[in-house]
Amino acid sequence: MAQAQGVPAEPAGRIVPEPVRAGIELEINGERYRHTGDPSMPLLWYLRDVLRLTGTKYGGDHSGADLVLVDGKAVPALAQPMAALAGRRVVTVEGLAGADGSLHPLQQAFVDEDAIGCGYCTPGWLIAGVELLNRKPRPSDEDIDQLPVLCRCGCHARVRRAIKRAANGGKA
Amino acid sequence: MSADLSRRRFLKVLAGSAGALVVGLPLAEARADDAPLPPGLLGDDYRSLGAFVRIDADGAVLIGTRDPETGTGGATAVARIIADELDADWQRVAVLPLGLGVQNRDGQPAWTYGHQRGGAGETVPAAWADLRQAGALARWLLLQAAARQLGVPADQLRAQSGLVIAPDGRRLGYGALAAAAAKVAPPPAPVPVKQPERYALIGQPAGDADARAIVTGQLRFASDHRFAEELVAVLSHCPWPDGTLAAIDTAATLAVKGVVKVVQLRPEPSQPLGQTVLAPAVAVLAEDTWAALQGRDKLKLDWKPGPSGGENSADLEQQAVALLDDKTAAAVRVRNDGDVDAAGKKAARRLEASYVLPWLAHATPEPMNCLVRLEKDRATLVVPTQAPQQAWTVVRRLTGLAPEQIRIQVPRVGGGYGRRLDHDYVAEAVLLAQAAGRPVRLLWTRGEDLAHDVYRPGSAHKISAVVDRKRNVIAWTQRTASASALARRGVPDDRLWTSEVAADQLPAGLVPSYRSDWCALQSAIPRGAQRGMPHLSNAFAVESFVDELAHAMKEDPLDTRLRLLGEPRQVALGDGHVLDTGRLLNVLRLVADRIGWKQNWLHSVNGLGLACWRIGDAYVAHAIEAALDGNDLRIRRAVCAVDVGRVINPTGLEGQVAGATLDALGTALNLGVTFKDGRIQQHSYRDYPLAGMAQLPREVEVIVVPGENLPPSGASFLAMPTAAPALANAVFRVSAVRVRRLPLMRELLRML
Ligand code: FES
Repeated sequence: MAQAQGVPAEPAGRIVPEPVRAGIELEINGERYRHTGDPSMPLLWYLRDVLRLTGTKYGGDHSGADLVLVDGKAVPALAQPMAALAGRRVVTVEGLAGADGSLHPLQQAFVDEDAIGCGYCTPGWLIAGVELLNRKPRPSDEDIDQLPVLCRCGCHARVRRAIKRAANGGKA
Repeated sequence: MSADLSRRRFLKVLAGSAGALVVGLPLAEARADDAPLPPGLLGDDYRSLGAFVRIDADGAVLIGTRDPETGTGGATAVARIIADELDADWQRVAVLPLGLGVQNRDGQPAWTYGHQRGGAGETVPAAWADLRQAGALARWLLLQAAARQLGVPADQLRAQSGLVIAPDGRRLGYGALAAAAAKVAPPPAPVPVKQPERYALIGQPAGDADARAIVTGQLRFASDHRFAEELVAVLSHCPWPDGTLAAIDTAATLAVKGVVKVVQLRPEPSQPLGQTVLAPAVAVLAEDTWAALQGRDKLKLDWKPGPSGGENSADLEQQAVALLDDKTAAAVRVRNDGDVDAAGKKAARRLEASYVLPWLAHATPEPMNCLVRLEKDRATLVVPTQAPQQAWTVVRRLTGLAPEQIRIQVPRVGGGYGRRLDHDYVAEAVLLAQAAGRPVRLLWTRGEDLAHDVYRPGSAHKISAVVDRKRNVIAWTQRTASASALARRGVPDDRLWTSEVAADQLPAGLVPSYRSDWCALQSAIPRGAQRGMPHLSNAFAVESFVDELAHAMKEDPLDTRLRLLGEPRQVALGDGHVLDTGRLLNVLRLVADRIGWKQNWLHSVNGLGLACWRIGDAYVAHAIEAALDGNDLRIRRAVCAVDVGRVINPTGLEGQVAGATLDALGTALNLGVTFKDGRIQQHSYRDYPLAGMAQLPREVEVIVVPGENLPPSGASFLAMPTAAPALANAVFRVSAVRVRRLPLMRELLRML
């Protein structure tokens, strides 16, 4: 069964020596996992089918709905085979909020600007926006122009406002 | 009609468990476990209610919404309407999609909530007509209960933000009153709804009710739902809807670990489009998505074309243009006012131009998908649909189950735009679940989605106008040629034009002689509803043409438009439709003023363009400023003014107007579907490039006309039709290139 592949890995720092076990170990939203299934499986299906983390969406190649952070870089989960992710740190939209449930400043800015249409592409905008803000805390309009997300609901202008609001400490 | 709902039905009051008050439409004879409501949220008693409002003992308010939420803000607006009548504290309100409401009336379906449809501009007007009552009744009951507890007559109490307040300042929370209120006998006559001056939420800004769940990735769309024991199905459709499978080799597919089964699907020719499989298909069913996709890659399929294999979009366009020029071609007369031929003899000037609009795909962000579990006496589905009743029809036909045995949940939908008024994918999922004997989760890949749509048909429009010596347009003729989106849907031939052109569209009623004809084209490429039809294409032709008239008369296009609209007045257009030229003039002037038309139109190095339009009782205008730097077109400003009557949620409305503007601009700039030898040539976002941030204006300046005296109109696609012609008119100013054919960028680069 698919679920069997999704068990969290053993906690780090165990004293008892373990036999070498097959599988790909990676960190997702702060938890460690070992993938023992097909190494060519794209991360998107691992997240959605195996871990049931469905915040990252399928929209097709170049849609941007499937963006995740891998070691801090926004990449499409559809194009990341699990084999390439050993030892990597993945953050999905579910991992942006604090452990106490407090929203990431960009999530809060999306709420405040109502930068939401149907909401299907929103996780993609958030991941792309968080990466941009990490890279460039005061992004220019030209920086924002480069975000690789498609949005048929036309949220672009409100997303731009939300990113600027987050960059401005939450003030419009 | 939903407007009759409140008259036909009585609201029902229930005492919920744990001291809750519940008000809703009664749902007769439903079994508790058949309810389309998540049990965790509702508890036992509420399952027998339809569209409803529930007040819990702790003061929390839950509002059920009946129309699917496709991202148009309808669910939030409806909840605000009900919550306002209730005088609820919005912070304590949660919104829940109800799913399909259906009962068994002698073997026939009876729709619990009346009409249920999303993304079609009907949600807010329908709720305005009937759902306010539920909130008003709940408030009335709470006030009666408070009157008894406080020993003060109810008419001396007032309700405010979840509290009942007595003249002496004593307060009772709704939660504390809920249990007692549920025991109050409801009034014999409907409770009057609020007077507008008492509105506390209506007209005030509010973000999307689902916002927090969306930004945290917790909101589950249909494609995020799972059933135990499910198989994932992916499809490979035949490139031709009328093609056949000449040979198939599944050995390599079945060898993929996790692949369980390969199933063939065929359209049922007796069924209307949208209720059966769209094209022959081979489905791979597997334990997970990745196995299914790998299995699909290894299918060896030999598809043979049917008659549609001879179709090319380029040929079809030529046929359309030829039909427009051929005065003897058969045509449907859509409208005929005055005498255009006689008017033509008095011509001081005559102008003629033709416009060509491409085929369009829907490209919904969430691709087609459907989750189904079939049992002996039950079907349970999670469907991203705009029309759950139509989805029900398909399930009923394929399963033969009784009306109430079909349960359809409709979580928030990742975009509709008309695609989800059809249910070919529901038919596929049901057939696959039958073949597999297990629950099935069907997922279309983007390639299937773009290449197997019910497309917006391309069209050609030829307009000619006759102008007298005083520059008045005295005659207007429009001929339109297209393959109707209503063909093969059981619509009589003499109504096929209704998806292609509106009989009362501008400038009908404004010119003494007006004629509109429609010529039918034939095509086997599936076609269907698309956001903003038929206005999107017709407004492009008409509003571009008005600009051309202005240019021919060497005048400011704003002046041409003002003269065409004339004095503010009500123009009867027939069929009960009215054009209020005052409202149209107003939105036009608002965008012109905002963009600085009088100062900038002639002198700006950038190009300015205008367009205005009317859809039903709502009015819209755009002003666009475009800059051209070499081959690089930039939209510097986009201003949009709308008049939709009463505004429920200004934030939601502004979002819809800005969103529709950007969608329409992106579509006009880049998008078109083409086919060669019957095969769709667009298979990914590389071939169908939705506009990104860089191509679109950075801001949309939205102006909303206050409309307190008029009932609210749907606004989700109102801002679509005028964006493209305003852009083309601006492009003409900046480049001297008149784009009469979309997509605009391709045409502009060809002509520059
Ligand atoms: S919000 Fe619907 S596609 Fe972006």
